[in-house]
Amino acid sequence: MTDVTTALPVLTRKDFVSDQEVRWCPGCGDYSILAQTQKVMPDFGYPKESIVFISGIGCSGRLPYYMNTYGFHSIHGRAPAIATGLKAARPDLMVWVITGDGDALSIGGNHLIHSLRRNVDLRIIMFNNRIYGLTKGQASPTSEFGKVTKSSPYGTVDYPISPLAIALAAEASFIARSVDTHTEHLQSTLEQAGRHRGSAFVEVLQNCNIFNDGAHREFTDREVRDDRMLILEHGKPMLFGKDRNKGLRLHGHQPEIVTIGENGISEVDILVHDETDPLISFMLAHIYWPEFPVPVGVVRRISRATHDELITNQIDQAIASRGKGDLAKLLAAGETWTVTDDGT
Amino acid sequence: MTIARERVTEERRLERVTIRFAGDSGDGMQLTGSQFTRTAAVFGNDISTYPDFPAEIRAPAGSLPGVSGFQLSFSSTHIHTPGDEPDVLVAMNPAALKANLADLPVGGALVVNEDAFTASNLNKVGYAANPLADGSLSAYNVFRIPVSTLNARALEGLELTNKQVDLTKNFFALGLMFWLYERSMEPTIRWIDEKFSKRPVIAEGNKRALRAGYNFGETTEIFHERYIVPPARLAPGRYRNITGNEATALGFVAASQLADRPLFYSSYPITPASDILHQLAGYKNFGVKTFQAEDEIAAIGAAIGASYGGALGITGTSGPGVALKSEALGLAVMVELPLVLIDVQRGGPSTGLPTKTEQGDLLQVLFGRNSDSPLPVVAPATPAESFDMAIEAWRIALKYMTPVAFLSDAFLANGAEPWAIPDPASLGSIAVPNRTEKAGFFPYLRDPETLARPWAVPGTPGLEHRIGGLEKAEILGNVSYDPENHHRMTVLRDAKIAGIAKDIPPLDVYGADRGDLLILGWGSTFGAIRSAVERLRGRGLAVSHAHLRHLNPFPANTEEVVRAFRRVLIPELNLGHLSMLIRARYLVDAIGYNRVRGKPFRIVEIEAEAERLLAALREPVA
Repeated sequence: MTDVTTALPVLTRKDFVSDQEVRWCPGCGDYSILAQTQKVMPDFGYPKESIVFISGIGCSGRLPYYMNTYGFHSIHGRAPAIATGLKAARPDLMVWVITGDGDALSIGGNHLIHSLRRNVDLRIIMFNNRIYGLTKGQASPTSEFGKVTKSSPYGTVDYPISPLAIALAAEASFIARSVDTHTEHLQSTLEQAGRHRGSAFVEVLQNCNIFNDGAHREFTDREVRDDRMLILEHGKPMLFGKDRNKGLRLHGHQPEIVTIGENGISEVDILVHDETDPLISFMLAHIYWPEFPVPVGVVRRISRATHDELITNQIDQAIASRGKGDLAKLLAAGETWTVTDDGT
Repeated sequence: MTIARERVTEERRLERVTIRFAGDSGDGMQLTGSQFTRTAAVFGNDISTYPDFPAEIRAPAGSLPGVSGFQLSFSSTHIHTPGDEPDVLVAMNPAALKANLADLPVGGALVVNEDAFTASNLNKVGYAANPLADGSLSAYNVFRIPVSTLNARALEGLELTNKQVDLTKNFFALGLMFWLYERSMEPTIRWIDEKFSKRPVIAEGNKRALRAGYNFGETTEIFHERYIVPPARLAPGRYRNITGNEATALGFVAASQLADRPLFYSSYPITPASDILHQLAGYKNFGVKTFQAEDEIAAIGAAIGASYGGALGITGTSGPGVALKSEALGLAVMVELPLVLIDVQRGGPSTGLPTKTEQGDLLQVLFGRNSDSPLPVVAPATPAESFDMAIEAWRIALKYMTPVAFLSDAFLANGAEPWAIPDPASLGSIAVPNRTEKAGFFPYLRDPETLARPWAVPGTPGLEHRIGGLEKAEILGNVSYDPENHHRMTVLRDAKIAGIAKDIPPLDVYGADRGDLLILGWGSTFGAIRSAVERLRGRGLAVSHAHLRHLNPFPANTEEVVRAFRRVLIPELNLGHLSMLIRARYLVDAIGYNRVRGKPFRIVEIEAEAERLLAALREPVA
């Protein structure tokens, strides 16, 4: 807890619940994401009027209406652009972007990439249900290859995109993945994203029980998830499995699954997660079920100056070296001449 | 110097002179023209300029597509245009001659760099014979000068490559023009010293070229006359020379101070608007934040975000960029946030004519969005007026909580004129307060007078609320799909913009309030129309001129003005945008005069069209 927090009235989840009726389909994974988001909000030391949620279009886009903060439900794919302008103009605000797989990776792909590469101080939460839900069931950029949907009755011919690989290519300073139904993990991931300074990208694997039910079930269901998901912890070996006896190790540059106690493997052979190592991040962004367990948690976390800090620094330096701008001098800059009353 | 002493050079006073410098796009013609302009402006002439350059940065040397021109008019009287036709054409090569000769009137002066008239250069532009030798230029007063050779000789001994030496020859031509019109070289010498302070050899080369050109005029007998254009009798005050883009950028900085809010300018590089971004990027000590976005959509998105946060969010672009920003403009209309879109229009559709002027975006900014999506539109009439109009755009945006479109064009943006520098203290405040009071706050509760909604920026305790592109319930601002509410909100958005008509100056008429013919214009056609009307009225014809600076809403008296004339002529650099609006709005049979050549109107063509209409009026009705 920082000093700022103690100076403020203690807020609870209830303070962040707006008076608007939530209109997602019953059973939608978005309810859990909303609840975890509201739960972590009091943790950051910001008064609620200094928190802004900006969204694009899609089911995820409705989330700002349900947060009792400032909120802006914008247009399809453009939330990162609007958030970039807001954060540049108002570095004092805590800005969250709520988006989906179609919003962020299809129509808004360019804005996502550029907000991440600029290290704009945003928390971008991307709900990935691998389908267009609000438009009632078309293939999305993360839909599996060959998926049969309303817009692809013979199966898609588009290869899916990897959200984490995109974020990594754009060099986001914080990249993480979590799951709607793993509420504790999701809460912890959102909390870490909230505490990061810079562009934080979180992919939340989310179920659409109407148009893509069971989107991630194969590895997220309670019975199988321990064996099929890899929970990342910085500085800890990448172990998984009900008995915590399986792990990842590198064979040359290739990851492989090994079992502790078999073929002379012990815990020291297991690859240790390092959030600052680009090669480990790259590997983690590219492994997925069924070949590998699905990594969840913080894939990458580095520190570098944020976009608004860099902008503010340039302004401060310009004022320090040239003095605060004088409009009268600016208007009369360069070559001037004077005409007197007698016209000369 | 013996020759100079013995010769007699006559001096003639002229009221006005128009010079056109033309050469390869790598020849520095824009620089040459702007240096002459500065010098004439500082001397006290009224000036008006027309830079005209290709979209290609360096088209093949000596080719017609690579020709770049800069026309400037300087005068001892008040002028409105850069001149219909040059008195002097400076042609640095055969391509420049071929591309520009048609505009030179019979008897006009033609100064050519004869060194460039080689077989190869002539061949490139399809001259079968050398026009300098075949008598085809006999109608003009031709001055053949071996500029390249003379210039190279003047630079002998300097540590410069042949290419570097050749690049200075535009200063030779400039020096010669300075001599011919009795202008001081000092402003240009100061400029060279400043520009090349880190490269003294280049500075020396350019200065030698400039002086060599001047001295060539002085010592040869080619020219028998020199010309003096005395200073103009401008209104008292301190002046500077300014282009439309410069005035626009300064206007935005002034608006930021008058509104007491930081400026956020967000843009994607596009001709001819980029110079506004370049200029504002240098004003960091004014707290100006500039953002070169990843695309046009992000540029307006970021500007909306900045406005949402309480700053002056501005996005600058040209026609193709406006097309991309359409959806976000609609969002700004829906969320009712202040924003200024500056559109420096160019020829279109699509990529069109990137460096050439046109007025083709009026209907786009008015109607290029889904559904009824009204926003105010303003347009400066001259380069210097862009300063005032930038402030006016912000006054309206802030007072009415609305995006505003500001229509400039390539001619206004790059053209220059003298500007009476205003005293910032004389500019009125345009500040509006943020909403901070919690009691009685509703996001869409409107001011009864302006119909503006409150501006409650993030960070304000107790006013947490949500906005967005979905239709809002009146007053409450919650999402609403109620049919009657949508109708009411659509009507309210329309009424808010229409109501601005009460808050803008009436349409002013130059000349009599009624008569045979009104010429109605908007934007950069001001100069040509005003000059034509001055001439027509000088001949006793009942012609008047009105010029719209506010295109939406129109000034309240617009209908009254247009109905007071037997005929209304609307010249536009498009196929009839304003005339369609005037006809539709007032059921007045306005007649368009429409040309889209990527060039401003000439005075004579508007004059001729007016005469044609007046003659038809005099004919008995059959």
